[in-house]
Amino acid sequence: MTTIAPATTIASYARDFSKNEDGAEWLTALRNKAWAEFESLGFPTKRRGNELWKYTDLRVLDTKAFSRAEAASALSSDDLRKIAPWNDDWHTAVTVDGQFSSELSRNLSGDDIAISNLIETAERDKAAVEPALGSVADIAGNAFVALNTALFKSGVLVKVDRDAEPAQPIHILHIVTAAGADNRAFYPRILLLAGENSKTSIIESYVNVSEGSQFTVPVFEASLSDGAAVRHFRVQLENEQAIHLATTRTEQPDSAVFNSTTFATGPAIGRNDVHTNLSGEHSETNLHGLYITDGSSHQDNEISTTHQKPHGTSHQFYKGILAGKSRAVFSGKVLVQAGAMKTLALQKDLNLLLSHGAEIDTKPSLEIYADDVKCAHGATAGHVDPTMLFYLMSRGVRREDAAIMLVSGFASEIIEEFEPESLREFLYSRLERIIPELDSEGIL
Amino acid sequence: MEYRWGFVTDVDSDDAPKGLSEDTVRFISAKKEEPEWLLEWRLKAFRHWLTLEADDAEPTWAKVKYPKIDYQDMIYYSAPKKPGDGPQSMDEVDPELLEAFDKLGVPLHEREKLAGVAVDAVFDSVSVATTFADQLEKLGIIFCSFNEAVKNHPDLVKKYLGSVVPYTDNFFATLNSAVFSDGSFAYVPPGVKCPIELMTYFRINTEGSGQFERTLLIADKDSYVSYLEGCTAPIRRTSQLHAAVVELVALDDAEIKYSTVQNWFPGTKEGVGGVYNFVTKRGRADKNAKISWTQVETGSAITWKYPSVILRGDNSVGEFYSVALTNNHQQADTGTKMIHLGKNTKSTIVSKGISAGFGQNTYRGQVKIMPGAENATNHTQCDSLLIGDKCGAHTVPYIEVQNPTARLEHEASTSKVSDDQLFYLMQRGISEEEAHHMIITGWSRDVIKELPFEFAMEASQLLKVSLEGAVG
Amino acid sequence: MLEVTNLHARVVDVEDGEILKGLNLTIKPGEIHAIMGPNGSGKSTFANVLAGRIDYEVTDGDIKFEGESILETPADERAHKGIFLAFQYPAEIPGVRPWQFMKAALDAKHESSGEKKLSVREFSKLFDSKVAEVKINPDLMKRSLNEGFSGGEKKRNEMLQLAILEPKLAVLDETDSGLDVDAMRIVADAVNGLRSPDRSFILVTHYNRLLNHIKPDVVHVLANGQLVETGGPELAVEVEREGYKRFLEEHVPANA
Repeated sequence: MTTIAPATTIASYARDFSKNEDGAEWLTALRNKAWAEFESLGFPTKRRGNELWKYTDLRVLDTKAFSRAEAASALSSDDLRKIAPWNDDWHTAVTVDGQFSSELSRNLSGDDIAISNLIETAERDKAAVEPALGSVADIAGNAFVALNTALFKSGVLVKVDRDAEPAQPIHILHIVTAAGADNRAFYPRILLLAGENSKTSIIESYVNVSEGSQFTVPVFEASLSDGAAVRHFRVQLENEQAIHLATTRTEQPDSAVFNSTTFATGPAIGRNDVHTNLSGEHSETNLHGLYITDGSSHQDNEISTTHQKPHGTSHQFYKGILAGKSRAVFSGKVLVQAGAMKTLALQKDLNLLLSHGAEIDTKPSLEIYADDVKCAHGATAGHVDPTMLFYLMSRGVRREDAAIMLVSGFASEIIEEFEPESLREFLYSRLERIIPELDSEGIL
Repeated sequence: MEYRWGFVTDVDSDDAPKGLSEDTVRFISAKKEEPEWLLEWRLKAFRHWLTLEADDAEPTWAKVKYPKIDYQDMIYYSAPKKPGDGPQSMDEVDPELLEAFDKLGVPLHEREKLAGVAVDAVFDSVSVATTFADQLEKLGIIFCSFNEAVKNHPDLVKKYLGSVVPYTDNFFATLNSAVFSDGSFAYVPPGVKCPIELMTYFRINTEGSGQFERTLLIADKDSYVSYLEGCTAPIRRTSQLHAAVVELVALDDAEIKYSTVQNWFPGTKEGVGGVYNFVTKRGRADKNAKISWTQVETGSAITWKYPSVILRGDNSVGEFYSVALTNNHQQADTGTKMIHLGKNTKSTIVSKGISAGFGQNTYRGQVKIMPGAENATNHTQCDSLLIGDKCGAHTVPYIEVQNPTARLEHEASTSKVSDDQLFYLMQRGISEEEAHHMIITGWSRDVIKELPFEFAMEASQLLKVSLEGAVG
Repeated sequence: MLEVTNLHARVVDVEDGEILKGLNLTIKPGEIHAIMGPNGSGKSTFANVLAGRIDYEVTDGDIKFEGESILETPADERAHKGIFLAFQYPAEIPGVRPWQFMKAALDAKHESSGEKKLSVREFSKLFDSKVAEVKINPDLMKRSLNEGFSGGEKKRNEMLQLAILEPKLAVLDETDSGLDVDAMRIVADAVNGLRSPDRSFILVTHYNRLLNHIKPDVVHVLANGQLVETGGPELAVEVEREGYKRFLEEHVPANA
């Protein structure tokens, strides 16, 4: 039943694969394995029985080929500040058009953290990278993790020592510039190793200012040690022709905490595929997000958590604002394995639909094999509440302003979680531009 | 397909030979003395089923596991071993069957007519007794076996058969369309409120036989009917397939209330045998019409059913109330579909799943708001209880909204019986098992209260019996 | 009637969960004892351990009721023996009616003692008269057990159950907390009305307020898992005036 991707498109990826120039043998071996997995899987474009991609049609990938970007266009740090969240004090690693930029990156090392070009470090320091790379983001059965593993160009390694609590956040910024050809592919890779009892704040952002169609396949894998706490922020600002299929994976042993908040807007097809694996006791994960879709954009959130051990906690909380003829998907899953007693799991997906062409498909699901648990989920979909609108108007607020106020208020519950303040302010200013422009049949 | 005339001589036998072919379909149709159009419909379904089977299209998405069914190793038609066309009067009904009815609280006897329930009993594949038919006739209500309806009301059957569940609908519905043997039929004329409950009692008896009954209920404009369905099967070491189809048609301003207490044989404690209950139930609600499904599912080794409502008329209402219990090795994947097409349509879903032993219980439901369904609303509440650490409870809702004016709320929870509640009851002297039963029945009350009174009592008892040994 | 010796109990599944650390208490038929103590002293734990809650494990000592150890007796059988706990936070149970609940409880009691169960009619009569007696709003009885009841209504409902089941030993766990004066009087009236030479009460409370309405025979102060002082009603007055500071200072935990 294996679906082989048509030769026309797969050849393009095979060409890119043949261009790999890894120095380390183990890395070549890993890449070969990943490529073989991708070749056997193909893209998940089959429609019938394809529950994981039920609401997201990727058949375009069978007909349209993308080639890995091999060079970066020039970009000044002044330009950067205009388009992306930025703070001089942050530890910032920048990739431009898929190439690690030493010039734009800054504060890469601190007392107890080290940020580096993943490929370079992999070749230099096998012991540090080999056991971790791919250990959390498994290539098995996942075409996009396999493709990324086979083709990622530079990547970023973030290593946080045990007990470290860096004062400044770590920012991994991916820029796709306006110059450069269409139909390029990018394979950003982030490997985070969070030491025992460390506390890290990490921002992962994607800014695409090109006009054309681009294909981005990021993989973020985080290996947490006992007691590690990671605060993760993901900002996805894509262009409306982009295909952005992201994977986030964590492994969380005893008392490890991974809290993630995402903001996604833009792409023709976007996928935010997050899986957190609570493999230890008392571990915790909070996965929150906001998606805003307009035009013919499609944003799919595939959010799942596995509870393997007792006393785990997980919260999934997503909110969506849908306009135009866009479509969004929330597919949440919580799996509580046998023996994972005292699990507490909550799932929630709330949606605001602003136009008749828009569609939300939400599927918060629970799969539970342990009895001493408390699990709950909820989902809603609706319009701007007319009674709230009327209330604001009765106080003299203009109707459009009132509507904007309500939609912004709906969004702000998630935006408020972003830290530090400069990042939050950046997102608010984006929101201020985005919301009034949404195709909402004149509501806004 | 080769057509073998020689087979016709076998028409006199009561059971169809094992296996499924065009001949089997023709045998059943001939046995039923069906008109040509119905045979043609069956054959179309059968030919379609062959393509589905060739395409490996037996549904696999449900969270249930069972060995592959050999559709050639099954009897598709089995009539009770009685001379003639079955019992001519109540006196001729098999006493064992009557006893079974008694156990289920089905008031089939003369003396119980006061209870006001008209019963159609389907024994294996054949309708064996219909009570109250005369009285209903005065009101213009038709309540009879499907087979009789084909003979006496062909126009109605022809018009509505397959209109809600087409023969192409899904693997099991297609199979049913080809080989269905009998079932119940009811028609309530315009403006008539059916004064008594209509009831069908189903029983599988013959070993190795499948049961494929078909129910068609038509509530004409501004009419009302409450319909009950009960089912049991004897203990068998082999699994039996039950693939039924129920079609409900609620025309403008009509209301249909459809209640099921399903207690097919669930298999032994070790998980041997039991009924595979793969059922397609769907209703169509026209303008201002209402369809309400209530089900208490305690039986079957495997339950696969999603009673649904297509809310195609403006202001139509769909409801689904369900308690599904899985104990020992039972598996249930059940829920509903509410498809909103009309304006101001409204649906309510209340689902309670109880898992004990090694039972696996899945709620799977779809709420779909189509683009034209302005101001549609849905409220869904699905709760699961787990009893013991070897069972599973799963919730898989699909919520698809294509209209911004729709309002949907979905809530679900999963937990075990609360220690606080248990201790409270036990502190007052109530035993642990009784306390569990009281809490579970109370927790299911929102569903059980939708059942007619006699059925509610029965359902509560069934929950208790089905959970025996699961607690304490 | 009740004899508690050197009772040690801990919360199951919690390390360092020992809460009762050698509690001794003897109650004779007809007596009313008040057990007072600050938050966290183990008052509610003691009440729950008496009633047989499985979340607590008795690690040492014994509880004898009418001369027999009840440590191995499950909660429902303790109730049949005549132990009643009025809960601080009565559980809400959806879909279960108070009437149905009490009928099942009384039937179980009668079954256990070999008495004849009341008929539905007899029970209804009893139930209605008790509802009137404790002045609980009859409309509440149509709802699910404790669901949507106010704090005071829940406590009244506990008194209704007390009146119906007529236990030998009633333990009132902070029944006075969150009650207004009227509700407090209802509780007091219920207890005073049920006082008899062969029925005993334990009033577990933080404050002296309830004791102004129900006169206890003996007052104990519970601190750090032990009864550290025993006296008459004047002890309660002292607690009200001085607080628990003195008791806590004078009685350092045994294992500290």
